[in-house]
Amino acid sequence: MRNFGFIAAVICFALLVLAAIFAPLLAPYSPSEPVHMAYAAPDKKALLGADSLGRDMLSRILFGLRYTLGIALSVSILAAGVGVTLAFLAAFRKGWTDLLLGRLVDAVMSVPQIIFALVVLAVAGVSLPVLILTMAVLEATLFYRVIRPVAGDIVAMDYVEVARLRGEGIGWYLFREILPNAAPTLIAEFGIRIAYAVLFISGLSFLGVGVQPPDADLGGLVRENALAISVGQLSPLAPAVCIALITLSVNGIVDWFIHKYSVRGELG
Amino acid sequence: MMTEPVLRIDGLKIAAKTTTILEDISLQVQRGEIFGIIGESGAGKSTLAMAVVGLLRSGCQRKAGSVTLAGNDLFALPQPELERVRRRKVSYVAQSAAAAFNPFYRLSDQITELAALELGTPKAERHRMAAKLFAELQLPDPENFGKRYPHQVSGGQLQRAMIAMALINEPDLIIFDEPTTALDVTTQLEVIRLIRKIVSDRNCGAIYISHDLAVVSQLADRVMVLRHGKIVETGETRALIENPQEAYTRDLVANKTTTSAAQVAGEAQATVTVQGLAAGYSGVSTISGISLDLAAGKITALVGESGSGKTTLARTIAGLVDLHAGQMLLKGKALPGRIEDRSPEARRRLQYIHQLPDLALNPRQTVRDIVGRPLTKFGGLRGAALEAALQQLMRDVELPESFLDRVPGSLSGGQKQRICIARALAAEPDVLICDEVTSALDPLVEESIIQLLLRLMGQRPLSILFITHNLLLTQRFAHEVVVMKEGRIVEARPAADLFAAPQEDYTQRLLAATPLMERGWLEARLHANEATN
Repeated sequence: MRNFGFIAAVICFALLVLAAIFAPLLAPYSPSEPVHMAYAAPDKKALLGADSLGRDMLSRILFGLRYTLGIALSVSILAAGVGVTLAFLAAFRKGWTDLLLGRLVDAVMSVPQIIFALVVLAVAGVSLPVLILTMAVLEATLFYRVIRPVAGDIVAMDYVEVARLRGEGIGWYLFREILPNAAPTLIAEFGIRIAYAVLFISGLSFLGVGVQPPDADLGGLVRENALAISVGQLSPLAPAVCIALITLSVNGIVDWFIHKYSVRGELG
Repeated sequence: MMTEPVLRIDGLKIAAKTTTILEDISLQVQRGEIFGIIGESGAGKSTLAMAVVGLLRSGCQRKAGSVTLAGNDLFALPQPELERVRRRKVSYVAQSAAAAFNPFYRLSDQITELAALELGTPKAERHRMAAKLFAELQLPDPENFGKRYPHQVSGGQLQRAMIAMALINEPDLIIFDEPTTALDVTTQLEVIRLIRKIVSDRNCGAIYISHDLAVVSQLADRVMVLRHGKIVETGETRALIENPQEAYTRDLVANKTTTSAAQVAGEAQATVTVQGLAAGYSGVSTISGISLDLAAGKITALVGESGSGKTTLARTIAGLVDLHAGQMLLKGKALPGRIEDRSPEARRRLQYIHQLPDLALNPRQTVRDIVGRPLTKFGGLRGAALEAALQQLMRDVELPESFLDRVPGSLSGGQKQRICIARALAAEPDVLICDEVTSALDPLVEESIIQLLLRLMGQRPLSILFITHNLLLTQRFAHEVVVMKEGRIVEARPAADLFAAPQEDYTQRLLAATPLMERGWLEARLHANEATN
């Protein structure tokens, strides 16, 4: 049963990634040209209908998928890399390193995420690299907060002391002793953070500092078409379903990893 | 004794989904009798103890048999009735008192909780009851003892407080589940003396569960030996120890009584020399004035109660504690106090084995990674040479080569400790520091680990520093014995001299408090204590 869920999640996620990669080939129309009637209902020509300007929904979703998946994945991977490495370092070095990193993270976290992002994007200008880096810094603080105590517990173990007695380098400590033991927490956190990253981009797009029109990410598409619900159209549901599919499939994969890891650790 | 027994178990069988945990267990406990149950971990002792109060762990099922406690057939009773019997007729004293008390309630309130729930006894009256029990259990200042929180009393006192809790409902039967395992020998003596007194004063029945046959033989009138969920043999304590019928029981008994004299190696030069050492944490020296030599080819035993500083000394030699004064030499060369200042060569020569193999092995690495790392790091071995060395090490510690691909979680405690030893040997050390390496293991496994260390010593020129709180244990293999108390060395002499005539009071006390199997040892000890008081 668990394997079935995992396989379904992998297939679903793979399809979403493939769709994003091959969007220009798959999309029947240009995502930014009005090709249908405004609010056209789904039919043979427009499989998912059209938006308020008559643009083809399916094409817009395929291109939106690129933004959402691309940004969410790169933000989460960057954030995990930075946040986890710093958390390990703080737990391992203790003393001043721990104190300074901890206060720095506190300082960043004390400002609401959206406000922080708005300020940075207003100063640095809205572009994809700035957007990704800003979000990655903010997400990294959350990774740090979760992983630092976990790493602290691991560092106190005798096997880390054995490595110290042997005179191992810092790379060995962080990635051979600590990382494998922090992995279940890390993987679980990664799954959750991807879902939040998707919502975060949508929020920024809504405020006009995310993905810029005429392009739109999936969250932006939901917002753009929200009005259509009041005229009896279901078009906003399609991008929303896509967001749900991303979140579900990522977490399906993550659950399988967690199960695999915890079984291995529990024996005996 | 033809009276109705307090507890009667007939043909009890308990099984989980695929395995049988207990099979065909029958026993009876009379009033005023202590019934000992002995076995290794995994023998089913705890499952049996829980069955006595009508509890089954989730996933377990009673397949056959019955448990009759004070005339009540427990598994036939409806739940509310069963709970009433549990509250009124039976008490359970758990292994770790520290884990059994809620740290946020005062001792009196916790101990008398049952009286409050069952009888609605008012608070003032309950505190009087508690104080009376504290006095009976000879706790200091019984009037005020109950006002303290669990962390404010010592381990031995907390264990006695838990016995007080067990007595509050005037039970017909008390189950003691390894109540002294976490205590050191002198405290243990106090607790077992009290258990004897309580059972005879109150004329209740008692079950005493342990893996330490010596303790059980001092306490119990009859003993049952349990293995793999089955009864090996049951009998009067004296008969069972003097004339065991089964091979397994003979092993258990032999394990404690035979003393093979340590082979004496020739005059050897010191591998580690420690002079005028003082060390501790955050500027405070917890050990001081320490001087000792570890000779090549010899086992030096470092003995003391918990808190005596023996582990601190071992960790100082290993380079893990701040050195405040004195110096250390390894093979004549200065050995820096901080591990970070030591050369790779010095790190290789001196290996440290931890007390708990569970914590000392990374659960996410395979045995191959764990043992292979020092081979690669110190010996530069790779590929086929590494594989050959790994297989040789596995043979040295008597484990199958197939274990190389397993992770620590799938090994038993003794096997894990063997892996730790293999990892230490992989560095080809001159000195092995063994920090209570057997204290977490069952007696027979402990014996096999000690045999392994002795055999390894025969194969290579090792000095071993063996830390333990069990002085008697070291009689069988140590060449030198160092006794520590309150951060200082009390007595340091060749083992043969020390055991023949221990000079210091403290050494004598340590020796005297370690239970022997002979019947009457406890009485003799108590008599001696009264004479000195």
